[in-house]
Amino acid sequence: MMSKLSSIARTVLATLCVFAGAAAVAAEYNMPVGVTDVSREIQELHMTIFWICVVIGVLVFGAMLVSMVLHRKSLGATPATFHESTKLELLWTVIPIVILVVMALPATDVLVKIYDTGGEDMVVEVRGYQWKWQYKYLDEELNEQVSFFSNLATPRGQILGQSEKGENYLLEVDNELVIPTDTKVRFLLTSNDVIHSWWVPDFGLKRDAIPGFINEAWANVKEPGVYRGQCTELCGKDHGFMPVVVRVVPKAEFQQWYAAQLEASATEALAMAN
Amino acid sequence: MSAVIEAHHDDHDHGPAKGITRWLYTTNHKDIGSMYLWFSFIMFLVGGVMALVIRAELFQPGLQFVEPALFNQMTTNHGLIMVFGAIMPAFVGLANWMVPLMIGAPDMALPRMNNLSFWILPFAFGMLLSTLFMESGGPNFGWTFYAPLSTTYAPDSVTYFIFAVHLAGASSIMGAINIIATILNMRAPGMTLMKMPMFVWTWLITAYLLIAVMPVLAGAVTMMLFDIHFGTSFFDASGGGDPVLFQHVFWFFGHPEVYIMILPAFGIVSHIISTFSRKPLFGYDSMVYATSSIAFLSFIVWAHHMFTVGMPLAGELFFMYATMLIAVPTGVKVFNWVSTMWRGSMTFETPMLFALAFIFLFTIGGFSGLMLAIAPADFQYHDTYFVVAHFHYVLVSGALFSIFGAVYFWLPKWTGHMYNEGLGKLHFWLSFIGVNVAFFPMHFSGLAGMPRRIPDYALQFADFNAWSTVGAFVFGISQLLFLWILVQTIRAGQKATTEVWEGSEGLEWTVPSPAPYHTFAEPPKVA
Amino acid sequence: MEDRTGQAKGTVLRLVLGGAAMFGFAFALVPLYDVICEVTGLNGKTAGRYEAAPAALEPDRSRDVQVRFVTNTNAGMPWRFGAEQGGMTVNPGGLNVAMFYAENPTNRPMVAQTIPSIAPGRAASYFHKTECFCFDQQVLMPGEKVEMPMRFIVDRDLPEGVVTISLSYTMFDITDQASGRYALEKALATKSAPAAKASGDTGAAGG
Repeated sequence: MMSKLSSIARTVLATLCVFAGAAAVAAEYNMPVGVTDVSREIQELHMTIFWICVVIGVLVFGAMLVSMVLHRKSLGATPATFHESTKLELLWTVIPIVILVVMALPATDVLVKIYDTGGEDMVVEVRGYQWKWQYKYLDEELNEQVSFFSNLATPRGQILGQSEKGENYLLEVDNELVIPTDTKVRFLLTSNDVIHSWWVPDFGLKRDAIPGFINEAWANVKEPGVYRGQCTELCGKDHGFMPVVVRVVPKAEFQQWYAAQLEASATEALAMAN
Repeated sequence: MSAVIEAHHDDHDHGPAKGITRWLYTTNHKDIGSMYLWFSFIMFLVGGVMALVIRAELFQPGLQFVEPALFNQMTTNHGLIMVFGAIMPAFVGLANWMVPLMIGAPDMALPRMNNLSFWILPFAFGMLLSTLFMESGGPNFGWTFYAPLSTTYAPDSVTYFIFAVHLAGASSIMGAINIIATILNMRAPGMTLMKMPMFVWTWLITAYLLIAVMPVLAGAVTMMLFDIHFGTSFFDASGGGDPVLFQHVFWFFGHPEVYIMILPAFGIVSHIISTFSRKPLFGYDSMVYATSSIAFLSFIVWAHHMFTVGMPLAGELFFMYATMLIAVPTGVKVFNWVSTMWRGSMTFETPMLFALAFIFLFTIGGFSGLMLAIAPADFQYHDTYFVVAHFHYVLVSGALFSIFGAVYFWLPKWTGHMYNEGLGKLHFWLSFIGVNVAFFPMHFSGLAGMPRRIPDYALQFADFNAWSTVGAFVFGISQLLFLWILVQTIRAGQKATTEVWEGSEGLEWTVPSPAPYHTFAEPPKVA
Repeated sequence: MEDRTGQAKGTVLRLVLGGAAMFGFAFALVPLYDVICEVTGLNGKTAGRYEAAPAALEPDRSRDVQVRFVTNTNAGMPWRFGAEQGGMTVNPGGLNVAMFYAENPTNRPMVAQTIPSIAPGRAASYFHKTECFCFDQQVLMPGEKVEMPMRFIVDRDLPEGVVTISLSYTMFDITDQASGRYALEKALATKSAPAAKASGDTGAAGG
């Protein structure tokens, strides 16, 4: 009796392990959950729609397969002659509408949240160039204080296969955008030349940078870390070589970093003046 | 017009003219249909070679074969050629061959314009392809050619690109006018609109879509031309224009364009499924209504391609809801096909295999389309390989598979010979496996964060891309088998019967195989 | 047969006209888009010069709105251009003034056009400008610098959710465009007259 129970337990455990393993592998194959409330909600939305599609798919493909297996001429099937059913046709018009409404409700919720225009704690201007990003920090008086370019840092040799590719190949920059945790950061996006698009998958944030026009988006990141993304609007030759790298640090650390930047830019200004 | 019809009566007794002039001057719908089909097949191979260049470069991270500048030209021209040079002309070719045969008409309504609309195409695409050899290089701004990349920042060859689009557009509009005039005026007595074969119905609606949106594309490229050469600022912010306006105009054309490439496929698949299930099509009326609703909805969903440009919330919501609605009529169609199969007596010849794969894979493309419709989720999918996977599922395993199915289905009628069933099935399985190995991993690389249109990528996308490349080469090379099957069928192959397929329904199966040069000089009676 | 051909002629005519109409429609989308932009604030376009009724100029002291200025020059534009203040806090309904500057550091006369844009877009139709350098082109001689005032009113009906408005100005070099050449010629003609030394005062030479 005991041995039987333990073998069942073992089987269950093994199954769970398989599922856990599958889930871990699945994460690599799926949209990242990310590190903001918005990205998390988007991922949940994505999974909800995915599972609804899976269920519909199983039903439709199931029916298809059943008739492909059973209703074949080689098995002596004789064709039926029915060719319409108003009831059925009405049914499979109405049911999808209901399903769509169920999908649309949470989607609307998340979208409204993304479009929040309420106050923020900090503003960063993001400006796209062929082929790099410029970040400008605006202070409380909204004066621009710190500004720098962020270029691809991957050496040319790695791209041409002359040296071994590093861990963050094509997703590394010389100057990362640094922002503090638990801070609502508003991004103002524009472009210097053609249309670019600024995307950080882990923030669930993608917005176009359009020359002459301004766009805005926001993120409030809870977890410190380095988050990497890319330009996602074809912007010419080196479209594939202008990554977005954001380092999110605790507030105190950010203050230190920012003070150092201010000092550096003051020194630079002084040097320029001389 | 009457002259044409007299001429037509004139050469009634003799067959086609001899030599090259037959093809240059022909006004025969079957000749023109064949030329359209061969032209599109050549373009398919040209665009396919470009796709293989892209895939070869993306086989591994790093730059191996082509420079980024050339890579962008490859992606751009692959898209343009496949959309305007392969898929659309193939459907027009099928319409040329089959619409008159299906409605019992002796020819198209405007045979001479038919000749013109075909012969414009080689010039249009010759011009487009010639840009690749120009000093500035060919178009490199994506097949969606967003301003200002395609205006202020475009290579000099952009003007040739604009004229090529104009020519291809003119050809499409003429073809569409011809098809509508034929369908509305030349049906056999007794064939009411609601008795028309489904392929004719879907093409009628497609032709209206073409006339509605191809001129808008022409307008968009004309505005580009003016911006580039005549100092206007339609899309240039510095003169009070707006680059985003370009995207609105383009997608007002672009979204109906997507349905232009899929509605005729719906018609083809309806015929094939019904024939090989030996059962009448389920829900004919609702199929017609569903097709019409899809066409109508296609005009009010365009901005779902632009969820990230920063539209107001109300705009995002409207386009999200409208786009989701398209799932309803599309679902009706899929359910109807499955019901057509249900309790039928199925056999699985090559056309049926392609039709079944169409339903299966197009539905998967439909699911990813539904996911893309959800605006917040689209912020993550937009311009990643997830989108690339989506539209290749609906266009390759959707539109293209339906064309393959149609060719196998009607080839015996065109040539009088049966194709080799074993080789046909081999072609199907290689294509089916190739397509899935190529495009399924793209869902994953997209979700993992790989943007579209990049010549090199980060290491975490490497496995997915390696698989995609393997699949693409399997798919690409197996199309040479298709060419071999076609040649073999035309030159030899078993004699086909008049009916070709057991219990096939429709006027096209009442004329001998191969279909004589002139058919239905006397209109048939439709009960 | 003749009969059917006659019908076909009618069909073809209608279809050709339909196609031509759709070609026209593409161009009609341009003004249509402008109207939609103005109504919905799509893309944050702001309207032209605002004529304020004096009665409407009653500031709502109970509400603060932050206005933030973002200034940039587009690719290939060497001018120095910016705002004297990064931003300001205003009351809806009140008339405010903000100062901007532009300087042409090159050794040739140039013409600039500045394009405004507002985020969030839904605030655009509530942001009224009574005076703005963006209504005109600026012609600056080599080394010339101008101060440019911009007067604006934030509408009292600004939606509650909006607490900050970002106003972006992007300055483009239009010296080589037709309108720029015209403005430059006109300005040079005035400058050659001795009395016209002060013509750069507001920079609004092209108006």
